[in-house]
Amino acid sequence: MESFAHLTYAVDTFYFLICGALVMWMAAGFAMLEAGLVRSKNTTVILTKNVVLFAIACVMYLLIGYYIMYSSNAGGILPNFGFLIGSENAAGDILAGGESAPYYSARSDFFFQVVFVATAMSIVSGAVAERMKLWAFIIFCVILTGFIYPVEGFWTWGGGWLSAMGFSDYAGSGIVHLAGASAALSGAIFLGPRKGKYGSKGQVNAIPGANLPLATLGTFILWMGWFGFNGGSELKMSDISSANNVAQVFVNTNAAAAGGVVAALIVATMLFKKADLTMVLNGALAGLVAITAGPSAPSALGATLIGAAGGIIVVFSIIFIDKTFKIDDPVGAISVHGVVGIWGLIAVPITNPEASLGIQLAGALSIFGWVFVVSSVVWYILKLTIGIRVGEDEEYEGLDFIECGMEAYPEFTKTSK
Amino acid sequence: MKLIRGILKPHKLDDVKNALMEIGIIGMTVIEVKGYGRQKGHSELYRGAEYKIDFVPKVQIDVVVADDQVEIVVEKIVSSAKTGRIGDGKVFVLPVEETVRIRTGEKGIEAL
Repeated sequence: MESFAHLTYAVDTFYFLICGALVMWMAAGFAMLEAGLVRSKNTTVILTKNVVLFAIACVMYLLIGYYIMYSSNAGGILPNFGFLIGSENAAGDILAGGESAPYYSARSDFFFQVVFVATAMSIVSGAVAERMKLWAFIIFCVILTGFIYPVEGFWTWGGGWLSAMGFSDYAGSGIVHLAGASAALSGAIFLGPRKGKYGSKGQVNAIPGANLPLATLGTFILWMGWFGFNGGSELKMSDISSANNVAQVFVNTNAAAAGGVVAALIVATMLFKKADLTMVLNGALAGLVAITAGPSAPSALGATLIGAAGGIIVVFSIIFIDKTFKIDDPVGAISVHGVVGIWGLIAVPITNPEASLGIQLAGALSIFGWVFVVSSVVWYILKLTIGIRVGEDEEYEGLDFIECGMEAYPEFTKTSK
Repeated sequence: MKLIRGILKPHKLDDVKNALMEIGIIGMTVIEVKGYGRQKGHSELYRGAEYKIDFVPKVQIDVVVADDQVEIVVEKIVSSAKTGRIGDGKVFVLPVEETVRIRTGEKGIEAL
């Protein structure tokens, strides 16, 4: 009997670790996607941002974030503050069995959670690309990963007031994606659009990305990593019901991405008469974000449709935010993760009778409100002190030499606008 | 006929193109080039080792026009490309002996 407990503990721990590693791999996905969608003169900086934000997320969440998120009072609003991640489970506690016995390694829990913080932070990077000072972004990282995200993470997954109210967000459409998009929206507004993006007569100018193969690779990497993102959020593998749920989650995650691709392809072709690859890629991600709040309850067909709805929403949202609000978002992050993140939360009650639309909306609003407001304060302070936007000439030359001292494609002539 | 060659800052290309279109110039050739004048390049460090970047990316725009249009075209290029900062570029005016439209065989001013 005891060796059976050892085995299930090992299986569930192993499962967390593998899923965490898959989610870590999403960092590569974001890096490639963003590198592909910015101009070559700004590629080095965006790659640097992606590597550095991942590292900062790991450090800050280790230092204070995890404590805030998981050592605060059940049902509470105000978080507790403390350091580091506590100790590992003792064999005695595990083998004692029962409802409150830990069934996976505490370290594996931290590992699985820390990669989610990095995902949320990386959403910001794309929306503020090509004109933000590198170090302003880095400082913002420290605060989002060390404080802003952990607080709303506490409210939800950490057992705080939103979870007590019945807010349901299985893998983080709201907690991760909407949160990241809220910070991104705030940043994009404070930053302003790239030079030359919007004309004086209100026209919207295209600024094409430098490397669509990388953007596509990035999307596929994210797609694969998402199996860990959603799959791991079942939090267990070692019994029949969990294993079946995980399998359903993998199937649904994949189905939603597929639905998103097809829907975005059709909508983009109808609107533009051409198959816009960048919209198709955004469609895949939108499908994934849409299913992330509730990937286990729907049927595979239902998941496909939820993803497809995400794909439709994202295309219109990107155009709307660009043309109507004139908020410059080089990769569509605000639409993919924010607007569709909200759809993901709303979709949960469709197939999950324990969730309610009202609570889902309350959660969406709370997460958005908290992250947007606090982020705005941070951006504002940064703007007043070190400034968040590079100078006009620097923006025209490209950020790569100024911030990083090197080009991304040195053998190709660099003459873009 | 004259060939008017502008060496411009890349981000000014659209402004120059629009300015020329406004005065009826309907064709041009654009090449990406590198160069330096008084705007020197700069030094960078790559993994601790220094390397010099002498050349600065520019755009070259070539327009061939009738003699009586040269003055206004040059003036339009200068005014739309100017930023006031070092590196704005230069405009050259070269003589053109002959122009032929390949499709129709027209020559001279008609071919412009």
